[in-house]
Amino acid sequence: MSASPVRDEPGLVKAILIVAAAAFVGLLIVLPLVAVFAQAFVKGWHAYLAALVEPDALAAIRLTLLVTALSLTANTVMGLVMAWAITKFEFRGKSLLISLIDLPFSVSPVVAGLVFVLLFGAQGYFGPWLIDNGWKIIFSWPGITLATIFVTFPFVARELIPLMQEQGTVEEEAAVTLGADGWRVFSRVTLPNIKWALLYGVLLCNARAMGEFGAVSVVSGHVRGETNTIPLQVEILYNEYQFQASFAVASLLALLAIVTLLAKTLLEARLGRSGGRH
Amino acid sequence: MPQGTAFAVTIPFGSTALNETTLDRTTLVGALPPAPTRRQQSVIPGFGLTLGLTLLWLSLVVLIPLAALFLKTAELSPERILAILTAPRTLNALKISFGLSLAAASINLVLGGVIVWVLVRYDFPGRRVLDALIDIPFALPTAVAGIALTTLYAENGWIGALLAPLGIKVAFTPLGILIALIFIGLPFVVRTVQPVLEDLDHDLEEAAATLGAGRWTTARRVIAPAVLPAFLTGFALAFARAVGEYGSVIFIAGNLPNVSEIAPLLIVIRLEEFRYADATAIAATMLVASFLLLFVVNGLQRWSQSRTGRLA
Repeated sequence: MSASPVRDEPGLVKAILIVAAAAFVGLLIVLPLVAVFAQAFVKGWHAYLAALVEPDALAAIRLTLLVTALSLTANTVMGLVMAWAITKFEFRGKSLLISLIDLPFSVSPVVAGLVFVLLFGAQGYFGPWLIDNGWKIIFSWPGITLATIFVTFPFVARELIPLMQEQGTVEEEAAVTLGADGWRVFSRVTLPNIKWALLYGVLLCNARAMGEFGAVSVVSGHVRGETNTIPLQVEILYNEYQFQASFAVASLLALLAIVTLLAKTLLEARLGRSGGRH
Repeated sequence: MPQGTAFAVTIPFGSTALNETTLDRTTLVGALPPAPTRRQQSVIPGFGLTLGLTLLWLSLVVLIPLAALFLKTAELSPERILAILTAPRTLNALKISFGLSLAAASINLVLGGVIVWVLVRYDFPGRRVLDALIDIPFALPTAVAGIALTTLYAENGWIGALLAPLGIKVAFTPLGILIALIFIGLPFVVRTVQPVLEDLDHDLEEAAATLGAGRWTTARRVIAPAVLPAFLTGFALAFARAVGEYGSVIFIAGNLPNVSEIAPLLIVIRLEEFRYADATAIAATMLVASFLLLFVVNGLQRWSQSRTGRLA
């Protein structure tokens, strides 16, 4: 007899469901990840490493690191600012503001890229002015950065807002009463309280920034060695039938995904949460 | 100032759940803490600065760019927009995107249902690993997922080679698109339902059993109503994500116009052909669709919250 006969299914049903769930996850979700590494190493270590140190691959890695560093900085700082405004004060229209911050999650990546082309592309609203002044945003790193900031916009703020709402304002009020200025209140009282959630948000933001494909693809122009990020380099190599090289470069992103998942699992234990949200 | 007056005055700051008329004032007035009047009394600095920066940043990065899309669309004549959207290739692309997304989200409802039940209700070796693996589609960049799925399901791939003798072709057909959309949508269903099922009060099920309900009756009459809103929310989220999905689909799709060409890809193609009006009109349609879906999701979440007391 099982531990809780009232709530448990018969053993056989249970076993079938567990095997089915494991099969779904294994076949649908895990196998693609395994395939990336299998294909990357299909010609051995030498070919794998050769694909990674190829000049265009290195240029793509450099561009991805630059774009990610810029977007991550912007979204972390502004994520903190937005969470502070929303959670430490009461004002009208707050729930609308929270919905607007979440908005980029519901926009197709392709549409996210397109809106920046409409603003800054040659045919766009600011296009002619930018050309006259010798500025290049679309088909260059500033456009790629803008598109990346757009798609990763909500990550940090949405991890901070629920936690900071729960924590309330009592500790901050006490600190102010004791004479602390705004910066001290934030750095000495608020920040220690939210550091794990902040790290969690930054981690998810980083993974998405490095791996973004659709939005970046629209604004990049696909110039080899110049405006290709890692995911775009993966696409170009794949379309040229250089499958092993493509998977080798892709394995960097797969590795990033694995590291992100591990760190996320550890952080969730710290945050006392089960399961994750996107 | 007596408590009663303060309560009555400050009720607009309280949540909508505090409906004055439904409260028994004589018993509650004394028990309630003074309602928050934080805005006037707040001693915390930075309200103007942080709210100002928030609105500025949100406008520059999100609102103005999205407004530009609608402005550009509004420059087109209604006849032109209609002509673009009713062109057979556009209609087929929209049909493929929305139809296959609907199918994928429905399949995810079933697969996700089994997975989430097993994860929450059963204890078995490897449960925590299985739980962590669910997030792979969130973490794996879409382009990487796209080439990996294509390689797996191509005729000479690990899975494709098994299906080929049965006459089933997955890669470079609409079926391939479906597989990719199932892949990216699955975690949405699992992660939305999981916390709700975890919070479900076991006492209710035991009460049902005590009252003579069989396992199936309990599942249907007690568990299903409680988790239904969460399932619908997960379905809507998976659907919304699938409709706009690009990276994981374009490699496996084959991208044959009218057959396996998704709407986001058609936007990219029109853009590359410098047919900006076409790209803009299709994109605006997709954006309106995502706004509607967002609206639906918000409504579902509110419903779920009212049923179970937590946000799905």
